[in-house]
Amino acid sequence: MSAENFTVRPYPEMWAALDMDVPRFDKARQMLGEVYGKMFLGQVNRPDRMAYFDEMIAEIFGRRVEELLAAKKEGKPVVGTFCVYIPEEIVVAAGGICVGLCGGSQGSVPDAEKVLPRNICPMVKSAYGFKAGRICPYFQAVDFVYGETTCDAKKKTWELLDRLVPTHVMEIPQMKRARDKTLWLEEVRDFKAKVEEVCHTSISANELAGAIRVINDKRRALQRLTALRAASPAPISGKDALLIEQIAFYDEPVRFAREVNLLCDELDERIGNGVGVVPASAPRVMVSGVPMALPNWKVHNLVETAGAVVVGEESCIGSRYFKDLIDESHTAMEAQLEALTDRYMQIDCSCFTPNDERVDQVLKEYRASGAQGLLHYSLQFCHTYNIEEIKIREACEKEGIPYLAIESDYSPEDVGQLQTRVEAFLEQIRG
Amino acid sequence: MFIGIDLGSRTIKLAVVEEGKMMASAIAESGFDPASQALAMLAPYGRPRRLVATGYGRHLARQHFADGVITEIKAHALGVRHHFPECRCIVDVGGQDAKVIALDASGRVSNFQMNDKCAAGTGRFLEIMALTLGFSLSEFGGAALAAGGETVLNSMCTVFAESEVISLKNQGMPADRIARGVHLAVINRLAAMLGRLGCDGTLAFTGGVAKNPAMVALLGERLGEGIRLLVPDAPDLAGALGAALEAARSAEAR
Repeated sequence: MSAENFTVRPYPEMWAALDMDVPRFDKARQMLGEVYGKMFLGQVNRPDRMAYFDEMIAEIFGRRVEELLAAKKEGKPVVGTFCVYIPEEIVVAAGGICVGLCGGSQGSVPDAEKVLPRNICPMVKSAYGFKAGRICPYFQAVDFVYGETTCDAKKKTWELLDRLVPTHVMEIPQMKRARDKTLWLEEVRDFKAKVEEVCHTSISANELAGAIRVINDKRRALQRLTALRAASPAPISGKDALLIEQIAFYDEPVRFAREVNLLCDELDERIGNGVGVVPASAPRVMVSGVPMALPNWKVHNLVETAGAVVVGEESCIGSRYFKDLIDESHTAMEAQLEALTDRYMQIDCSCFTPNDERVDQVLKEYRASGAQGLLHYSLQFCHTYNIEEIKIREACEKEGIPYLAIESDYSPEDVGQLQTRVEAFLEQIRG
Repeated sequence: MFIGIDLGSRTIKLAVVEEGKMMASAIAESGFDPASQALAMLAPYGRPRRLVATGYGRHLARQHFADGVITEIKAHALGVRHHFPECRCIVDVGGQDAKVIALDASGRVSNFQMNDKCAAGTGRFLEIMALTLGFSLSEFGGAALAAGGETVLNSMCTVFAESEVISLKNQGMPADRIARGVHLAVINRLAAMLGRLGCDGTLAFTGGVAKNPAMVALLGERLGEGIRLLVPDAPDLAGALGAALEAARSAEAR
């Protein structure tokens, strides 16, 4: 498939059945296809195994949605999510599907701004706008949305979103003491009950053990991909790796892990032959910070268009999603839920205070990736990441790590200035 | 002969360097077609050994005629070190951007701060406020300096500040006092950016806004005793000069 003839395939009848705004959504579909073609298919020397992920984008509004609808028909729960705190093992144990919902595009922001204040996080606005404008098939297909209390903009928006689609809110603790873990365990139990209620069944320990293995395998595949990116020259672009991390949130987990592993086999071979997507002399940048929801490729595109390569994402859509696994040795439900809670309590989201383990994690990943500079990315009005950025910056200064912080939303209006800053940062790395 | 060209948001600047010295320069409005404008400016000089572009239009220049590009940040660093070989800190205020740049001992950029997406605290901000107050740009700084006092301007957004200036005018506040307030508002913003970078010793002031006497005097006052403010000759040419010096340097490295 070439950059010019790539298209995201249309399914107007299915969209109409999902009560979508079909004419408007069809324009968005065409735009996504054009942008994707230009940004991704024009890259030189891509791994062949990226074909599967290209196809996942070509069918993002089609075949994957059909799979969701088929599961629903069989009475399986389909849960929409926005956050890495969703205990997806529980949904998978019930035979259900978790899908990350749309929330990474400027296109739906005006829909949200008809209701929500303008001065809040663009991801929250974009997500709400996708539902309000009926321009996301996943939003239309889910049984319920999983919401969480990681930030003020989200938790207050869920109250309004609940009017449009049932929204189950889990309280995320904001500290990591024993009593906070107890709270989270209670929330996990409630979530399990909610899933069981939707699918009229109860989840067995055996089913949960199977689901834990499935999701662990998915996370292991992503860990393997990250480790391979440390090679020089980089065997895969940062844009492609980010894309895979984004697809991790909506693809079928067993198939996804298999495809990521097949890609990793190819990358292994490339590394053995010294094949890369850029020359070994290209500056290597690690990105750290907020989630980059599909199709938010802004930062990676800026960095890689300027001739550098992104070698890691310390982000929710990135290592924060897959760095920790659940202990698979437990066979009793209660012990499994505790092990699950332990794993989720290790997530170093900036909503926690204190959260100094994130600073250590950033440095650890930076060293492991062979990066030569750190780019911190915050979404506008994301207070927790924007303020925690100060500690990340201090740590980088102390370690002598070249550092650039960017705060931006989804609109293209600041691309000129950001390009100058990114290029100056790369000049700094090149020396 | 080496040429550096700085395609800025408001003006295009050109510097010709031979044997490490600036031999000629030119400045013109960017206009609607900066590539053609730049080509017209280049025409009298013939083909240089190497031409490096910087500024907002650097990639446009590379598509049409430039051999290489560098960012304004690196260009100003090179230009300033040519004038002041020891200088470790730069504030550059142009038409659309305000930048603060820290250099290491060898002159390499070690850190920088740049305004985000809007014109707050830039040349364009001063230009719009001058217009609102009925001053030409050349009178604006002088009026601010001569004012017997100042008024505090609370907004840094060009659009909101314009409303604020209009309401101050209509409260009977003398225009020169408001002018001084406008200058101080920009300086406060620059001082905050400088504070984040931690500059000390000497500070070079470049960009078109460094030609405004009130900006130089009031920034010097604000910095106090500890920091010496240096303004090169033709501060608006610092970027073009840096690009020309980079052209010479990269030609030799080849």
